Amino acid sequence: MDFPFLSVIAFTPAVAAILLLLLPKESKTEARVIAAASSFFALVLALWVYFTYDRSAAGFQFVEQVNWIPAIGSSYHVGVDGISLPLLLLNCVVAFTGVLISWGIDDRPNYFFAFLFLVVTGVNLVFVALDLFLLFFAYELAVFPMYLLISIWGWKQTRAYAAMKLTLYLLVGSIIALVGILALYFQAGLGTFDLLALREAGVSAAFQKTWFLPVFLGFGVLAGIWPFHSWSPDGHVAAPSAGSMVHAGVLMKVGAYSALRFGIELFPQGAQFWLPYIILLTLVNVVYGSMIAMVQDDFKYVIGFSSVSHMGLVSMGFATMSQAGMNGAALQMFSHGVMTALFFAVVGMVYDRAHTRHIPDLGGFVKIMPVAAVAFIIGGLVSMGMPGLSGFIAEVQIFLGLWQARMVAWWYPVVAALASLGIIFTAAYVLRVVQRVFFGELKAEFATLPDITVLDKVALGILCAILIIVGAFPTVITNVIQTGVAPIVTLLGGG
Amino acid sequence: MEFIRDHLLTLILFTPLVGAALVTLLPKKEEKLIKWVAFLISLIPLALSIVAWSQFRPAAAGFQFEEQVQWFPQIGSSYHLGVDGISLTMVLLTTFLTPLALLISFSIDKEVRTYFALFLLLEMGMLGVFVSLDLILFFLFWEFGLVPMYFLINIWGSANRQYASFKFFIYTMAGSLGLLLAIQVIGVVAGTAVPGQVAVFDIPQLLSFWPAFRGSLFGLPIGVVKTIGFWAFAIAFSIKVPVWPFHTWLPDAHTEAPTAGSMLLAGVLLKLGAYGFLRLVLPLFPAQAAQFSGVFAALGLAAAVIGGLAALGQDDFKRLVAYSSVGHMGFVVLGIAVAARSLGGGVDPQDAVLATNGAVLQMFNHGITAAAMFALVGMVYERAHTRDLGAFGGLGVVVPAYGGVLLFCTMASLGLPGLNGFVSEFMVFRGTWPVFTLVTALATLGLILTAAYLLWTIQKVLLGPLNPRWQGMREINFREVVVMVPLMALMFLIGVWPSWLINLFNATVMRLLG
Repeated sequence: MDFPFLSVIAFTPAVAAILLLLLPKESKTEARVIAAASSFFALVLALWVYFTYDRSAAGFQFVEQVNWIPAIGSSYHVGVDGISLPLLLLNCVVAFTGVLISWGIDDRPNYFFAFLFLVVTGVNLVFVALDLFLLFFAYELAVFPMYLLISIWGWKQTRAYAAMKLTLYLLVGSIIALVGILALYFQAGLGTFDLLALREAGVSAAFQKTWFLPVFLGFGVLAGIWPFHSWSPDGHVAAPSAGSMVHAGVLMKVGAYSALRFGIELFPQGAQFWLPYIILLTLVNVVYGSMIAMVQDDFKYVIGFSSVSHMGLVSMGFATMSQAGMNGAALQMFSHGVMTALFFAVVGMVYDRAHTRHIPDLGGFVKIMPVAAVAFIIGGLVSMGMPGLSGFIAEVQIFLGLWQARMVAWWYPVVAALASLGIIFTAAYVLRVVQRVFFGELKAEFATLPDITVLDKVALGILCAILIIVGAFPTVITNVIQTGVAPIVTLLGGG
Repeated sequence: MEFIRDHLLTLILFTPLVGAALVTLLPKKEEKLIKWVAFLISLIPLALSIVAWSQFRPAAAGFQFEEQVQWFPQIGSSYHLGVDGISLTMVLLTTFLTPLALLISFSIDKEVRTYFALFLLLEMGMLGVFVSLDLILFFLFWEFGLVPMYFLINIWGSANRQYASFKFFIYTMAGSLGLLLAIQVIGVVAGTAVPGQVAVFDIPQLLSFWPAFRGSLFGLPIGVVKTIGFWAFAIAFSIKVPVWPFHTWLPDAHTEAPTAGSMLLAGVLLKLGAYGFLRLVLPLFPAQAAQFSGVFAALGLAAAVIGGLAALGQDDFKRLVAYSSVGHMGFVVLGIAVAARSLGGGVDPQDAVLATNGAVLQMFNHGITAAAMFALVGMVYERAHTRDLGAFGGLGVVVPAYGGVLLFCTMASLGLPGLNGFVSEFMVFRGTWPVFTLVTALATLGLILTAAYLLWTIQKVLLGPLNPRWQGMREINFREVVVMVPLMALMFLIGVWPSWLINLFNATVMRLLG
């Protein structure tokens, strides 16, 4: 048997989490080292898998399957394709950089990293799961520790409220999705939760039309689809930095990914019926999210709403049901994950020093933390879709997809035109934040603040490098993604 | 040598990027070293573009020094470079002005390393627009150039820099949106209309495909789609030129930008817009261009006259020069309008060629003259710390050499025969007259206004009683002379013997107009 790469990647954080929980709470440095080493190990393996994935063969690779709960037809079945592979890599990158920037956490770091790693394990499993039951299990595993992370280490003023709101929203969403999945399970009558088998089940179009919506929107809650997004800015703001990084960086992708894999892939005819309407919701995400971001006074809320806006582009790309649009959506998930992780990391660094995120009170931070400022600016340029960076590569494909989908419904080109307004608002809020926080006068009370640490710089450097490399040499990732997207587009009747 | 010959444009394009990286690696304290390294590196693209010029065959059709590598196959975009006569002229202008602007920037003392790195990045962005033969790549560099310019204004600008840089960025970005959407529509149409067509964003291929494309899109007749596409392109480029009434970002940006930033802003960045018209709008949308050429002639006229009037009303030396840019670029727009009209037929080809050649030459000339003028404004500002025209007076006595240089450049700017501005403006007027007679007649008013505000400036700055505040003003120094001499030499050279430059792009212009 081949080396079980995916299982090792997926469970490395879980093993580390158990070790961390066993550590005495005085050994803070040991906890940090274990966290860093294990997440680095997972990252290296993920890179290995990424670069050895056979792009010409496509399909699910590195597959492992063992019996798990035969009574209900569920097996431990994992594998990656062109869509999940970049996301798995993303998760490992965010986990590793998240550990690096959380080095300074002093309140029970072993528990903090342990809960963080439980989330990471859950996310890893979601991205590799090829069994609906396993996926659902992993999905819940990814959501619950977040509650603890926010309510224990979060921002004192809103953490109780935000943690509860987030958990309830996501729980309700996932239960609705679960009902849909169970409906499919019984309708198909195959007695299996296997994704590949259910995809071939051939349930009727009427059934698909009924059940697509709960599954897609149930998972869509976690992707922040308007009007179910309101947990997200609150949750991001209340979470500790590494929590926000993981949350906005990868957890929202878990929602979008699940909506794609289990909504669109299992109910393609339902998707064809509903997506032309759902795209209107995503348009609200894109434009309204960026408008709200423009008027925020809290630095972190700006980023929180920017995630709402950017995740709207992901769902919008799905809704094009075309090769280019879905390529773009898959890449946008990766690009936004890296970018927003970078944003939240920098916001955290500013907050840890200034102890305020009120934008009018900040200013001139480029003098204290030049590297963080440059990193934030690079992230900001990605966010506004600046050509040469990864965001553009994703967005241009989504927009091309919208034009290509003009036969689906007459409003697709209109959506493209309106959504492009989001780009202007994005430019406006990014420049506004850059100008107010990093440039301008540095207040005397902030003048003696320390620069960010070397580990912080390493973390930001990794994230920036990814954004630039993907922008300059898009084929590094688009060649992988398109192999994963092609079969889905075929399912949807496109070509 | 083989390698250099095969990758000439790539080398020209990316030397500044390498230079920027190199500069960033230097120790922050070594300010002098940083300045010299940046300056010397900027001479490499200049040398290479002169090599390109010497090997360029003006009469040969199509693009030269082409390079094409796969870049982003999923959307059908490739790394495709190449130049023709017009773009090579612009490349030369860029690589020529950048070292001079860097030399002017030697007086910068804040965040030197970042400044010089950004400046080299700016050069790369501008060059990229001129050498790209792929729409996505073109757009990439088009937007990329915004970023360094934004920071040059935002960090090293004067008092109102935040407002000005923000306005500059958002204006251009808003214009680019329509451009991007139109590019996407063209790409999607090219991808679906021609089966097996992979390079859907390739400019040379699109130039033959898109104008002839028939059929309907989005249920709209193709004429309507093309008209929308035309305006999307035209507005994006008009904002950059800037064509009145899209010009209001320009005086703000110029006034706040550091001297060298203004030099390149006026010298090269404005040319990107005009270049976009010549490279993309006219060849891609010939019918629409001809149809709306009258509108652009009128806007060109408005720019020339209103720019002149506004300049006349300025008290700020730099703002005055900024408005003069609006006026001068108005003549470029006039020339382009004639070219556009000729695409619809009914124009004597000779007139059209003359006007278009005049427009391209005016782009080059204005590049040199405006850069020189901004450099001169910067010099006096560095010494006096004011740009208020009312505060000067009698400087000709204190700084006679500076006064001489200023006089020379002003004369070039107002179109004195024997200097460069006259040649190109005359060509534009001569070519425009038979086509848009009334507009041309009215546009001469712009010339009169130009003469008026420039002479008035000379009078206020150099002549009259000496304001005692400036008694001890320093004379122009050696470094500044080194900057001004090549600029003035070119003004003179083009003024008395323009054909060496015109020959470079004449054949391209004739092909452009069919």
